[in-house]
Amino acid sequence: MAAKISYDDIEVGTELPAQTFPVTRETLVRYAGASGDFNPIHWNEKFAKEVGLPDVIAHGMFTMAVAIRVVTDWVGDPGAVAEYGVRFTKPVVVPNDDKGALIEVSARVSAKLDDEARTVQIDLTAVSSDQKVLGRSRAVVRLG
Amino acid sequence: MPLDETYVGRTYPPTEPYEVGREKIREFAEAIGETNGVYTDPEVARALGYPDVIAPPTFVFSISYRAAGQVIHDPQLGLDYSRVVHGDQGFTYARPVQAGDCLSVTSTIESVRSMAGNDILVVRGDVHDKSGELVVTARTMLVARGADGK
Repeated sequence: MAAKISYDDIEVGTELPAQTFPVTRETLVRYAGASGDFNPIHWNEKFAKEVGLPDVIAHGMFTMAVAIRVVTDWVGDPGAVAEYGVRFTKPVVVPNDDKGALIEVSARVSAKLDDEARTVQIDLTAVSSDQKVLGRSRAVVRLG
Repeated sequence: MPLDETYVGRTYPPTEPYEVGREKIREFAEAIGETNGVYTDPEVARALGYPDVIAPPTFVFSISYRAAGQVIHDPQLGLDYSRVVHGDQGFTYARPVQAGDCLSVTSTIESVRSMAGNDILVVRGDVHDKSGELVVTARTMLVARGADGK
């Protein structure tokens, strides 16, 4: 484990560099194959609408996977993540065009947890089409 | 009918080991747009102190969720899977999953409750490697919406 961010340099309130992740139907098909989650609500518009969704939606686990990249890109070593949890609050709706949807992720250090273990708590915010798509989204990371 | 709360604490038999392959990790990393070499290049991974490439943090969900199927489809528990949505998800890592791991999952019903006509089930998956060491604990909260719920 070799986090490139030092615990001593971090304060509560430190903002991590925000990132925006595009999601198209192609992204979802690729994620379905890689994850093994072939639920048709993630690729079949007719099915999605029949079960009451506005359109095809992204896998919640896809959103969870990209959101933590804001943390792992910052810290360098993904093995520094000790805990990660999210609540799925709203779906990311993905229209059938070349633009798809955007997931905007920001994050800030919300607590310094343990001076010995050099762990910090990071709160994440993920927004798509002006809606919060993740709630209680939080990671615990060991810093250098 | 609400889920039976006496099932809290029930543990299911460990799953057959899942062997984590380098190319499966690569496929997953590419699917989430990852560019970090620690997922695809063994040299980069070794430079960070790992024996082989590691998997992105949420990779293990595919393995733990498959294992949770034992609970979800347990006829005695009687969860109506057609009404289930994924409410939240958490992971606690002892170490990252890495290529070459043979992972077995033991699923436990951690909590069962009813709220506003919905059944809420938390399944914990303890993921162990072949030496029996705990690698990650996954917690999956599933919500089965009430039949007349909107």
